[in-house]
Amino acid sequence: MGASHGHHLHFHGHSPVHHLPAHTKIVALVTFVLVVVATPRQHAWAFAVYAVLLLGVVGLAGLPFGHIARRMVVEVPFVVFAALLPFVASGPRVPVGPLSLSEPGLWASWALLAKGTLGVLASLTLAATTEPRDLLAGLERLRLPQQLVQIFGFMVRYLEVVTGELTRMRIARESRGFQARSVRSWPALASTVGALFIRSYERGERIHLAMLSRGYTGRLPVTHTLTASSAQWRLAAALPTAALVTLAVAVAL
Amino acid sequence: MHVPDGFLDAPTSLATAGVAAVGVVSALVGAARRELDDRTAPLAGLVAAFVFATQMLNFPVGAGTSGHLLGGALAAVLVGPCTATLCLTVVLLAQALLFADGGLTAIGTNITLMGLVGVWVGWLTFRGVQALLPRRVGMVVPAAAVGAFLSVPVAALGFVALYAVGGQAPIPLDRLATAMVGWHLLIGVGEAVITALAVSSIVAVRPDLVHGARKVLQQRELVVREEVRA
Repeated sequence: MGASHGHHLHFHGHSPVHHLPAHTKIVALVTFVLVVVATPRQHAWAFAVYAVLLLGVVGLAGLPFGHIARRMVVEVPFVVFAALLPFVASGPRVPVGPLSLSEPGLWASWALLAKGTLGVLASLTLAATTEPRDLLAGLERLRLPQQLVQIFGFMVRYLEVVTGELTRMRIARESRGFQARSVRSWPALASTVGALFIRSYERGERIHLAMLSRGYTGRLPVTHTLTASSAQWRLAAALPTAALVTLAVAVAL
Repeated sequence: MHVPDGFLDAPTSLATAGVAAVGVVSALVGAARRELDDRTAPLAGLVAAFVFATQMLNFPVGAGTSGHLLGGALAAVLVGPCTATLCLTVVLLAQALLFADGGLTAIGTNITLMGLVGVWVGWLTFRGVQALLPRRVGMVVPAAAVGAFLSVPVAALGFVALYAVGGQAPIPLDRLATAMVGWHLLIGVGEAVITALAVSSIVAVRPDLVHGARKVLQQRELVVREEVRA
């Protein structure tokens, strides 16, 4: 792996969040998002509390605001969809300025924006504080089937190599004057896909043979098992517990 | 195309996670029995990396917009449906966990729609069309195109069905279905063209790598031609 290690979302750091074992983080964040999704949308203040909690974690992890904000762009398609909802949904209409918008649509749009944003922020926090290698160990600890863990592992390891290959092919195309402008360039691009498949497949075969010759038996040796102390579990559980309490209070009120 | 958090309610998300888990475990069993043996994880990993990279390649549509391949049907034709399901599952997991693309609670939904519906509709259609066409290697290409074309709108219909169960806004279902299927028929055409072009470029060079062409290749007999005079 000559290419850069880690991935472009990871932010190197030594905060308590970075040091938590990956599986505790995965469990904590998935539970947190599940609580967020399960919250009835009328309780606007509950979402504000969730946002504060999550931003607290981001702050604790020492992630720069710009790093996170720039990566929130993955959310843009859903923002567009959420903006369209009040126009296409049925139900009673309310006048908003010159427009007549669907009231349930507005509610749904708000809920989608709130829950989607919190979800993206939670995923970004996990991605920024966890290296792919640790994430993999965490998934293995959470009993993801061994075969899937291995496929995941090989994919993460060779992703840089394969995308590097794709980049070289693009440079080769462009240095011959190719520019992808319209549908007419599809045959050239599709043959890139074909070539990339053949190269990836053959590389896979070579890796497999090379590993067999080094004694690979279908399982990677476990060098250290991921363990979490109860203190670490308690720290990880703080976020979902706080969220759950918020939900309980919101529903009770 | 990735479903975010909060789009479907919590029970639906959990139910689709259950469906996805069952589907992926059966794919594991099926892949171990028919397509991969225990030791070919590196190969499947590289195919997953290929699917991931392919989704990053932009195909210009015109007027400054571009789209990318979804790759479910393409992967099914190239490496077999069970392995393709595993590869897409891993790709979707990585996108959700490492790139924040697709919600954490929507992982099950995304795997069900793209990894199971997309792959298997593509594969079954491919096999169906292949049975109708003459048994020649060249016929793999049109069959793959039809499979890729159908897989996209059917996955969109699957989304509409899930939305009917656990959607969070009262959009009239007929309107949603028309919009989704109409739009995805267009995307399906693009998917079909790109899949056909890619498969034909692979079949031309290495037909032995194409899983969907294996049956046809086995039928070819070795032909010993008369000696050619120098």
